[in-house]
Amino acid sequence: MDAPAISDQVFKSRTSKRLEDEEICMQCKKFSLYYGDKQALFDIDLKIPSRRVTAFIGPSGCGKSTLLRCMNRMNDLIDGIKLEGELTLNGQDVYHRSVNVTDLRRRVGMVFQKPNPFPKSVFENVAYGLRLQGVTNRREIEDRVEWSLKSAALWDEVGDRLQDNAFDLSGGQQQRLVIARAIAIQPEVLLLDEPASALDPISTLKIEELIFELKSQYTVVIVTHNMQQAARVSDYTAFLYLGKLIEFGATDKLFTNPTEKQTEDYITGRYG
Amino acid sequence: MAFQNTGQHISHQFDEDLESTRNKVLNMGGLVEKQVENSLLALVNADSSLAEQVAMSDYQINSMEVAIDEECNHIIALRQPAASDLRLVMAIIKTITDLERVGDEAEKIGKYAIDLATEERNENYFAELRHLGEQVKRMLRDTLDAFARMDVASSYRTAASDKEVNREYDAITHKLINLMTKDPTTVERALRVMWCARALERIGDHAKNICEYVIFAVEGKDVRHTSFQQALAEFQSRS
Repeated sequence: MDAPAISDQVFKSRTSKRLEDEEICMQCKKFSLYYGDKQALFDIDLKIPSRRVTAFIGPSGCGKSTLLRCMNRMNDLIDGIKLEGELTLNGQDVYHRSVNVTDLRRRVGMVFQKPNPFPKSVFENVAYGLRLQGVTNRREIEDRVEWSLKSAALWDEVGDRLQDNAFDLSGGQQQRLVIARAIAIQPEVLLLDEPASALDPISTLKIEELIFELKSQYTVVIVTHNMQQAARVSDYTAFLYLGKLIEFGATDKLFTNPTEKQTEDYITGRYG
Repeated sequence: MAFQNTGQHISHQFDEDLESTRNKVLNMGGLVEKQVENSLLALVNADSSLAEQVAMSDYQINSMEVAIDEECNHIIALRQPAASDLRLVMAIIKTITDLERVGDEAEKIGKYAIDLATEERNENYFAELRHLGEQVKRMLRDTLDAFARMDVASSYRTAASDKEVNREYDAITHKLINLMTKDPTTVERALRVMWCARALERIGDHAKNICEYVIFAVEGKDVRHTSFQQALAEFQSRS
């Protein structure tokens, strides 16, 4: 009797993802950034795949947050900034003159290290962006708030406290509320800047679980100092050092067998 | 790409933990080597008291395996090693399993040696066992050296030498089958000699496995169950 055919999936499920098989959502081409005379990013070439989690890791000051902030033009507010190269979202230049920045930030949402809910009720925090978008139908707003809170894995905890002030929630709940607020307006990309570094381990795991859920619908880019977190949540990892992209590739490859010596030193704790 | 773990960790304690575990593996390797050597001496010299000593000493190897395993568990739990550190810890965990099995094979040879010591001997076959034993001992020593120095080139070389061990084993088997066919009264003794040869051949296999773990630890490349010749050719073309 022939041996039963074992699905290739069994063996392939854990093998490295391949960037060339991915649909690309955002892309940097020779992207450089200067704060005045000081160059902070050097010729970054990077592809952010759609509906995947991409992590940026690197020591403090390596440019990972700077790069993240470029993706929805948060750096526009800083004086003396100069950019070179190209950064595109679905093929369109993010920094093109014709781009409406408000519209861009609706498509590319951002969550920061410290939870920053508005001093309003839980409900109003999530509804805020919808109202700004001009949604006025009460029913539609309620549905979207519920959907967002469920997507952010918060509904079970706050479903009966929607009128409570957002500041009454715990830190972990506030951070998930901020994520719910960000996804309520259904962005294409979610940028997370150290989303769990101010949280306790259980809240951190909930955020990580949430990130895993979110990638079925959104492209997620996360900056983290916690390498185990990057290893756990991301599909692709970019290692930046002194403003340069040192290595970019599938996370499981990068954490088990990186190509560059500098990456190796950093992730094994030899960087110093 | 291959890296040598020359750089120090920011955490000295981590360096010390890894180094201490590695040293314990080498100590365990030394003990295993001694057991193999003694079992062979007992076999070829019909020294049943030495054979008994071998059979009684295996527990030391087993307890070393347990201790090193526990240290590796601690390192993984406390340090969450990545990249070359992770590969080294994984290689250690696998290496000690193979070393423990080599110890078991030595114990088996010791037990057969006790039986064979009391029987009439056919020196011809012992000469061949001795030759196979020398080959396997050399292979084991080279393996442990390669592990100690994390030497990929030597690992490839040593793993490749398993072929010769297998050839020698096949030759002995063939001869013993001939002997048994011609003279059925030799079957019992011939089988014991064959089991000894089999144990030696298995030691060669375990040594080869360890060489493969060294290659994995250094290069991040898993050469198990692949065409070893091809992996070797690739390595040679690179170096």
